[in-house]
Amino acid sequence: MDFGLTDDQREIQRTARDLLAERATFARVRETIESHPPAGTTDTALWRELCELGWPGIAIAEEHGGQGLGTIELSILCEELGRTVAPVPFLASAMAACVIEQAGTPEQRERWLPGLASGETIGALASAVDGTAGLVVSGAEADVIVLVEEDGSGRLLTPEDAEVSKVAAIDPTRSAALVSAGPDAGEALEDGCPGLGRALVAVSSELVGVSERALEMTVAYVKDRKQFGVPVGAYQAVSHRCAQMLLDTEKARSTAAFAAWTADADPEGLAEAAAMAKAAASDAGREVTASAIQAHGGIGFTWEADVHWLFKRAQIDAALLGGAGRHRARVAAILAEKIAASATA
Amino acid sequence: MDLTFSDRETAFRDELRAWLADNRPEAKPPADAGDDAQFAYRRDWQRRLYDAGWAAPAWPTEYGGRGASQSESAIYFEELGRARVPFAANTLGLLLGGPTLMVWGTPEQKERYLPPILSGEEIWCQGFSEPDAGSDLAALKTRAVRDTAHPDEWVVTGQKVWTSGAQYSKWCMLVARTDSEVAKHKGLTYFLMDMEQEAVQIRPLRQITGEAEFNELFIEEARIPDANMVGGVGNGWKVALTTLMNERAGLGFALQIRLRQLLDDIIAAAAEKGLLENPLYADKIAELHVRCESIRLLAWKGLTDAERYGQPGPEGSLVKWLWSDTNQRATQLAADVIGPEALISGTSWSYELLRARGNTIEGGTTEVLKNIVAERVLGLPRLKVAA
Repeated sequence: MDFGLTDDQREIQRTARDLLAERATFARVRETIESHPPAGTTDTALWRELCELGWPGIAIAEEHGGQGLGTIELSILCEELGRTVAPVPFLASAMAACVIEQAGTPEQRERWLPGLASGETIGALASAVDGTAGLVVSGAEADVIVLVEEDGSGRLLTPEDAEVSKVAAIDPTRSAALVSAGPDAGEALEDGCPGLGRALVAVSSELVGVSERALEMTVAYVKDRKQFGVPVGAYQAVSHRCAQMLLDTEKARSTAAFAAWTADADPEGLAEAAAMAKAAASDAGREVTASAIQAHGGIGFTWEADVHWLFKRAQIDAALLGGAGRHRARVAAILAEKIAASATA
Repeated sequence: MDLTFSDRETAFRDELRAWLADNRPEAKPPADAGDDAQFAYRRDWQRRLYDAGWAAPAWPTEYGGRGASQSESAIYFEELGRARVPFAANTLGLLLGGPTLMVWGTPEQKERYLPPILSGEEIWCQGFSEPDAGSDLAALKTRAVRDTAHPDEWVVTGQKVWTSGAQYSKWCMLVARTDSEVAKHKGLTYFLMDMEQEAVQIRPLRQITGEAEFNELFIEEARIPDANMVGGVGNGWKVALTTLMNERAGLGFALQIRLRQLLDDIIAAAAEKGLLENPLYADKIAELHVRCESIRLLAWKGLTDAERYGQPGPEGSLVKWLWSDTNQRATQLAADVIGPEALISGTSWSYELLRARGNTIEGGTTEVLKNIVAERVLGLPRLKVAA
């Protein structure tokens, strides 16, 4: 049993972290956002560079122009992008590709995957109720939108098939749209939307990155900030909250890593593993980034401090494809199914 | 990343599982059979493990173990937990005393003490905590002074608490202060105290479950020869840390499996009552399931990282913290799912509900674990407390 990354995976992680540390600093994120008020926008120079490096196609099969790597490699990039809240449509495109690759027809795969792999095509994925999704991340610029209903049925839409109106979500690091489609619009995907599990791994991994960064910033801050003559991190009211942030982050990390491994090694177990990961990561993302603001005190509530980018990203990701409650309901349903199956066996 | 077991590990598990299937202990004595009957039951069980070479697979073969890897040792405790067998009578000797002697003991000590630990002929207990030294263990006050008339003997006076199995024990792992002039961690020495002497009085400590798992020790001029000193004069803190590090390693896996079983029982009961379709119950049960899985993953991650990279991660303290909190939540949820039966004395539900309150205190309180995480994992400063 080995929880570590392979040398190649570690190399991907290191390369990604180094690149983003340089190209996606908070200063750069802020500059991108403030030059394009009020809604989210893409750092086009960064996105172009990531596309040239082949990031969008990391987990897409080679026959469709991707790198053909696994879900673990995809999750590594998601985590790194989460750490920096980079303003790029990576997550949305990667999630859409996960579903199209597994739930699409050969024609649909042929039509969309090469563009998604190269980054020329932008994809988006959202859960919808009766054809309407209120907040589709990167939906405003998406060329292809996958909507998944609660019953697991999915369909593939182009912007022409649906009404797409840009909305200003609280997270300005990515665009968002309200998407609404009539009952007959678009093309149906395979029932149950296989591939959705991988998409959940992707967003969970991004939440792990967001949480991890929020914790690092908080620890650095409370070591430095002094009140009553001592660093505030010496007070247990503060330090124990930081410990809780680590526990929440590690819960999310362990379940997300397990789900990423399961996606390729034990696909039968993915539905449960992915639901567990999304439940843990959604809670962690919200709690940890909220604690980060609290531990930063007054400065944490200002626009000037950077923790709010993480809080906002966590809010969107936590809700994306259903929040913790919905995924716990899914876990409970799977447990009930297992019991029913063992009773009849 | 590869979350499967190796062929060797799988073979180890299969062999143990098959042995356990053929060698299940008889039914546990009834709850009112008395402590002696319960202890005799556990002693018989250890004997059976010992005869088959399963008493302490993690011990090196030269000491009668199987030289099992850390992963195999974890599998061992997982399987014992899964089989719902009792803990061996001399669990403290097997898990703490033996491994401590292997690190710090002289060849003579190893030869003298290890075999009867393994067979269960001599039971060990742990004399660390005191009424005024719990989380702040190094503040302990039990004193050992050299006997002026017999300079190769120590005279020990003090009080110990939370000593489980004291009434059945031959040897006590005792940490005492031998020098009060130096810093508190430096003045301690580690001894093996013979429990069979008048100077050691044992009083059972009744706990909230009604049973007396633990005892208080009142030590009034007990005698310990030099030969029973472990690790040398003034080195007691280091030796004690070896014991404490072993405390969480193996047992954690057995406890994690017991939590899993408790939760499985709750889930089965909830399914039977249709409560898995009730969103309020479903949400709580699923949350416990996620936590339980996370505990399993973190426990294995901590262990395999230590094995592979020689560096344990922060998982140890996190696992104990998360396990104890989750076990309390699970036993509390059981009271809702099961209903009145869970609150009737004598049921396993009510026992677990009460016993779980100790989980966040024993083996490092949650508050101390949070301090450890904050200071040693996150590197936060320690608040200087006025003396």
